[in-house]
Formats: sequence, structure tokens, C-alpha cells
Amino acid sequence: MLKEKDKIFTNLYGFESFTLASAKKRGDWSTTKEIIDKGRDGIIGELTKSGLRGRGGAGFPTATKWSFMPKEPTGKTHYLVVNADESEPGTCKDRDIIRHEPHKLLEGCIIACAAMGAQVCYIYVRGEFYNERIILQSALEEAYEEGLVGKNACGSGLDIEIFIHHGAGAYICGEETALLESLEGKKGMPRLKPPFPATSGLYGCPTTVNNVESIAVVPTILRRGPDWFSSLGRERNAGTKIFCISGHVNNPCNVEEEMGIPLKDLIEKHAGGVIGGWDNLLAVIPGGSSVPMIPKEICDDVLMDFDSLQAVNSGLGTAAVIVMDKSTDLIKAISRISYFYKHESCGQCTPCREGTSWLWEMMEKMANGEARVDEIDTLLGLTKRIEGHCICALGDAAAWPVQGLIRHFRGYMEDRLNETKKNIVAGR
Amino acid sequence: MTVKRLDINQPKSFEFSNEDLTLINDTIQNYPENRKQSAVVPSLYIAQKRAGGWLPEQAILKVAEMLDMPKIRVLEIASFYSMFNLTPTGHHFIQVCGTTPCWLRGSDQIKKACNDLVGKEGEVSEDSVSWLEVECLGACVNAPAVQINEDYYEDLNYESMTALIKKIKGKKDIKVGSQVGRVSSEPKKMEKNNA
Repeated sequence: MLKEKDKIFTNLYGFESFTLASAKKRGDWSTTKEIIDKGRDGIIGELTKSGLRGRGGAGFPTATKWSFMPKEPTGKTHYLVVNADESEPGTCKDRDIIRHEPHKLLEGCIIACAAMGAQVCYIYVRGEFYNERIILQSALEEAYEEGLVGKNACGSGLDIEIFIHHGAGAYICGEETALLESLEGKKGMPRLKPPFPATSGLYGCPTTVNNVESIAVVPTILRRGPDWFSSLGRERNAGTKIFCISGHVNNPCNVEEEMGIPLKDLIEKHAGGVIGGWDNLLAVIPGGSSVPMIPKEICDDVLMDFDSLQAVNSGLGTAAVIVMDKSTDLIKAISRISYFYKHESCGQCTPCREGTSWLWEMMEKMANGEARVDEIDTLLGLTKRIEGHCICALGDAAAWPVQGLIRHFRGYMEDRLNETKKNIVAGR
Repeated sequence: MTVKRLDINQPKSFEFSNEDLTLINDTIQNYPENRKQSAVVPSLYIAQKRAGGWLPEQAILKVAEMLDMPKIRVLEIASFYSMFNLTPTGHHFIQVCGTTPCWLRGSDQIKKACNDLVGKEGEVSEDSVSWLEVECLGACVNAPAVQINEDYYEDLNYESMTALIKKIKGKKDIKVGSQVGRVSSEPKKMEKNNA
């Protein structure tokens, strides 16, 4: 279990105030100038050594992403865009960072901008988080007043501006290029890559998009040293991570834990265990709605990190653990996820726009027992026709939960369909 | 994708208040010159608030005029983003999260409470309350959750949701956040390792 002294987010639950005075007591903004003085190579070098991988879902090494930005001035403004459009079902960690630890995020923005030679940062907060945005705005105003942000930020000699922008309810805007489109005042439809944002991003200028958590952990990593961070977790899966444990557990919660913690420990130590005990567990979606579910046999000993979950054909994603006990109608649960993707598809690519509707319709048929057993293969075929055929990963994300269900619970689905057929034949 | 169209019954005019105009002009300053369009979502949000929770056509036209955008580009935004309502909502607008994490913890019961006390989904009651099922609100460890206007109400069940609606209708104050006394997303019982 992660020691209290190794926690980065010491005010995750908001037991203390979010204000600058309170944040300073927790160590925020204490040596920002010294960190910036390490220079671009210094900061990126230490971050590489720490092994930090992006916390938004894909797990791409943060330092490598930063190194893609042009090294020399291009005559254009360079941008950092923070993705706070948190809408992956199961995920609610960025919300806590924004409302309880906004200064960690803002300090991270300044350091990230310094490391990438960016002059302007936009924080894109999802529209529903109205109160969270007000808190972040007030924290930002405090930071401006103290000279931590703006002209000569933190006395570093660099001018760095931070602005808060908001969306209006569109999951797709969590995709980085859709987010940039949305920030430009258009519909959030993903762009074709290349060009990648580091070459041509916001307003055609070099841009890096990072998740809230990835940015918010940076100041602490650089303050305590990369060796401290990489000593936590496992090889290639370093550090701590905020896990969101929802669904059928006794005490649903967010908790910061060490990467690589066994799933069973995570659920039992922090979330009060599965309702009805561990043996009442049916399946877990370990990383937000986009990743395939894993059945209890795998949950028994799987570790919670990028590589361990990938090895069992799932993923860490955003580390949103959705627990389902034996009372769950699994087909219905996945069907609701299919509905989510149908609703959130932006409509740009045909396989996703049409496919997500079909997926949901077929899943509903399965849930209601109205399908034939051989249609399970039709359904699987449909997911393969969406997966990998679209501009962005939303189509993949819609396909994977259904594939996960078929992979591990085909028998369960067949039983449902056969049962209904028998009832029909018997005239019930 | 969802299909949204302009409401059949449209008010003849729409005006921003001076406060709104200042707010929109301040927002425009957040973006580079000639990039006014970036302020379209925040401006529509302000317009929706002014119009009482939904976007009449006149409000959309006004925003287009202020940001020098073709009307269709603004209408496109208004119909793309799910928080923009193109038909009237109640003075108290309840958005019920029905996505899997909330569903696992009983969002069907929350919908039932709304049905029982407010009425059919999408219809505005006589005392100006309406409700809609929405996609993930991002409060999954406090499920089931609803958003009423700007505020979140969490850790609900049929009884507490019913109580909430009754208080709204009786114009009584309601406590924002968790309805079972949690501060935020902490577990009921905290485990600490002070080693």
C-alpha cells in the first residue's frame, strides 16, 4: 500500500482548501524557478528518467511527447493544451485535481510550457464541470496576482499565459485533434494525422496536448527527483496513479496508489471489497469503458499497470475500475456502453457513425434474448469492420468492450439466447 | 450521433444583457486576434443561460453576428454539442446520468423518481421542472449522480432523489454534492499507510 509520504495529491479529497495559501503549505510553487532554470533539456531529461507515461489513457511517455516540439522558435506561438475534457465512463480523477489541487495543475502548466518553449497554455475543461471551472479560474487569478503566471512567470524571465476554455458536452473532444478543432470554435471532429499537433496543432501552430493528471504530477516529480518516482511501481510502469473505483464495491472512491498494485488489493483495501465478497465478483472493466472487460479468474491476480493489463488483452486506460458483481446483467451493461458510443460518435467516418448504431441495436437484441446464437459471430464481425477503419480511436473504443464480452462470456451470451428460444418454443 | 433541430415555437427576439456582452467580449480576448470563433462555445453557453436554459434561433443568430461567423457554422455548433438545448427546458433542469457506472448503482431508480415526480422525459412540468437522461457526467465514484442546472448531486437513491425533487418544487434549499454526507470522492472508511 502506498505510503502517505509518497502521495503526490495530498489534498485529493478536498479536506483542505484549494487556495494558493493552502497549496503553498502543501509544497506547491515552492521551487518553481529553480526547476525552470534546469532548462529545456534538464527538465525533459529528468522526466525521461522518471519514466512518466501519459495518464490520459494511451500511456505514451510524456517526456518523449514534449521532445517532439520544435527546438528553435518558429516565429509562431507554441501552445500547450491541457485536456480536462474528462468524459470516459468510469473516470472522475481530473475533476478532483481541478477542484481540490488546481495549483498543482497550474504549476505543472508553467513548467511544461517552459520545457517546450510554449508561450500560451489553454486548459480545456468539460462544460459540465461548471463549479470546477470557477475554482480553477479563481486559482488562476491568485497565481496571476502573485506573478506565478503571466509576464516573467515565477521570476523565470519567461512570459507564459494560461487561459481556461470550456466545452459543451462532447466525449469526442477528449481526442486531441478534436479538442483542438473545438478550441478553434468548430465541431469536435478529429483531424487526420499527420500532420501531428507538434508540427501543426492549434491555429496551425506547434502544440502539445496533455492530460490533466500527466501535467499535475510533473512539479512533484521534478522536486522530489526522478529516482523517487521511478522507485515506485514497476519497470516501464513507474510512479503513482489515481484510480477511480466504481460499480459494485462497498465503498466506491478515488485513490492514489502505486502503479502495479494487484487489482484485488486495490478493491479490497481501498474500496471496501466487492459487494457480497470477492467470490461474488463477475467481471471488471479495468480502465474506463473503452477497454475490454476481464473475468474474475484474471482479476484474481492481475496487476494494475499498462503492461500487465495489456498482457491480458485489456488496458490500464484511465485507471477507472468498473466492478460488476454476479447480480449484473453483463450484456445489458455493455449494451449501455454501446449506446454511449453511438451517442458520442461525431459522425465523420462512416464505419463509426453507422457501425456504433448497429452495435447498439444488436447488443440490445442480445440483451433481450431476441438474437440467434450465430448472430454473436455477426456481432463480432461488425466490431472488426469498425475497429481500425476510422480517423480516431472512438470506433476502436466502441468495438473493444463488445469484443471483451464475447471473448470471455460467449457461453453466458449463448445461454441467454438459448433460454429465450426455449421459452418461446414452450409458449411462455 | 443524435439529431437535434430548432424548436417549432420560436420567440421573436433575443437580447443579451450588458453583463453578458462584457463577459463575451472578455472571453474573446482569451484568443489571438482574428480567432474570435474560438469563443463560440462559451458565447452560446452565455446565450443559453440568458434565454432560460435553451437556445432560440435568434440567440444563435446574435452569436453569429458578434463573432463574425456564418449563421450555419454557429447552428452546427449548437446542434453538435449535447449541452446546448434547442428546445425549452424547465427552470430546474435535471440531467440524470445513465451510463454504465451509474446504471450499475441504480440510475434506473433515479429515472423512475423523475418519472414519478416530474413527468415524462424531456417534457417541462407546470412548475417548470424537466429532466433528461444524459451520458457520463464524470462523477462515477459518487454514482448515481445527477446535475441540476450547474450543480452535481451524488450518491443518490430513489428516496433521496424524490426528496430532492420535492424540495426543488417547494422552492426549498438543497444541499449540493453527496447526499450521504461524503466530502467528495473519498471512501467511506479511509485506509492510511503512515510508515
